[in-house]
Amino acid sequence: MTINLFLFLVLAVVVVATALGMLFSKNAVYSALFLVLNFSTVAVFYLLLGAPFIALTQVTVYAGAIMVLFLFVIMLLGTEELEESKVLPWQKPTALFLAFVLLVEGIYLMVMQKTTGLITTPVADAGSPEVIGNMLFNKYLLPFEATSILLLVAMVGAIVLTLKKKGGQN
Amino acid sequence: MDSAMFWEAVIKSLVLILALLTGFAYLTYYERRVLARFQSRLGPDRAGPEGLLQPVADAVKLIFNEEVIPAQAYKAVFILAPIITMVPALAIVAVIPWGDSVVMFGREISLTIADVNVGALYIMSVASIAVYGVVLAGWSSNNKYAMMGGLRSTAQMISYELALGLSFVAVVLLANSMQISQMIEAQKGIWFFFIQPVGTIVFMIATLAELNRAPFDMPEAEQELSSGFNIEYSGMKFALFYMAEYTKMVSISSIVATLFFGGYLGPGVERFPWLGPLYLFIKILILLFGMIWIRASWPRIRYDRLMAFGWKILLPLALAIVFITALGILLNMLWLIPILSLGAGAVAVQAINLSLRRKAYAR
Repeated sequence: MTINLFLFLVLAVVVVATALGMLFSKNAVYSALFLVLNFSTVAVFYLLLGAPFIALTQVTVYAGAIMVLFLFVIMLLGTEELEESKVLPWQKPTALFLAFVLLVEGIYLMVMQKTTGLITTPVADAGSPEVIGNMLFNKYLLPFEATSILLLVAMVGAIVLTLKKKGGQN
Repeated sequence: MDSAMFWEAVIKSLVLILALLTGFAYLTYYERRVLARFQSRLGPDRAGPEGLLQPVADAVKLIFNEEVIPAQAYKAVFILAPIITMVPALAIVAVIPWGDSVVMFGREISLTIADVNVGALYIMSVASIAVYGVVLAGWSSNNKYAMMGGLRSTAQMISYELALGLSFVAVVLLANSMQISQMIEAQKGIWFFFIQPVGTIVFMIATLAELNRAPFDMPEAEQELSSGFNIEYSGMKFALFYMAEYTKMVSISSIVATLFFGGYLGPGVERFPWLGPLYLFIKILILLFGMIWIRASWPRIRYDRLMAFGWKILLPLALAIVFITALGILLNMLWLIPILSLGAGAVAVQAINLSLRRKAYAR
């Protein structure tokens, strides 16, 4: 248990540091890279919790696919370094307020659930592909299908938007 | 985990890494000799008997090359990029079994580094982060050609990853498991290649694109980008890119051999477990020869056609293959799978013929 705790602390420092690095780096590409590192470290957390399937899905989907697209767009548009924008003046105070709410909520939950502990030991095999598959396709079938339709709608929407642009140019 | 297990894993990883790096060096030699034969030349035959020391000579030359870092480059990323390219190429083989377990020094040692229960997903995730090295190299060089190479590579790898993942799904369905050792177990009767021949071919085409190998080597098209993403790299950093490409060829060949051609299985492997690595080695050599053959035979495919091929033909075909495989398993009629998938493959070939052939007005 001690080695798990040690690993957890080291990884926690890495996660927080990469998150801060993502927020404060001036270059968008570096921000994206910090986020990749952040996602990968979170994946290691899942591994520590005994959920290899979720860990590797995290790496494949977030670090491997989504962030590659982010990088692609950043590089394609050539918007690596942007001036501080004044487009959304209310953004900063709102973000600070929401972060504060989240912090209070987290502390409240931690204090309240002190007796049970925040991280209960996961059920054995809870993260194995078979268990997750059974859960997704039996108990949570409706949300799963609804999510897939939502993603499909987003995809079709993107295609429709780009098609319209092309038609306008022609 | 006791310390003996820890050291066992470390030693196995070291042996595998050394084998891969030696394999990479001799793969370059193998490729040059084979290509030379295809083109009625001799190839490198000066250094050592039959040119066998040529990889050593190349390595020494590259080590002593001057390393230039462009003044306008993003230095940290520029230095990291070759390393980021190299690591996935080595890490991806961790789940590939090289044989059944053997008894050595009085303990039973399994010839896999990590036989995890999500092996297939592990391969997918490592393959998906492999693109970073090329993209970052292209961006950090601060060079137009390098940038275009990196962008092309990103687009290409994202497009072909879908077909790769879907043909993976067919194998997972057939083996009823994501664990690589159970996939091999399931191929004891018949190789998956014979059940799902079209899936095998889709997988191999997608891996060629993932590897940026000919005919999909757009990111380093010499004639158009002068070299592509690695244009600013020299010396050992360039050698690392070269190394990563060839190491990936070996790794991917071992994955294809494991998923579709029975891995380490072969006659007599149950009685003599040491035959396992040998069989796998032979299969890898044959697959590598196929890759070199393809490079020698086919010209580079134009970029818009490459994307059209990936999205309009390979992706639907891979989807059809998943559907057919699931259908065959559901009906419990495995013989249906090769017939139907060959039919789907024929339709795809016809579609290629219609959509990619030179139009009459282009002549």
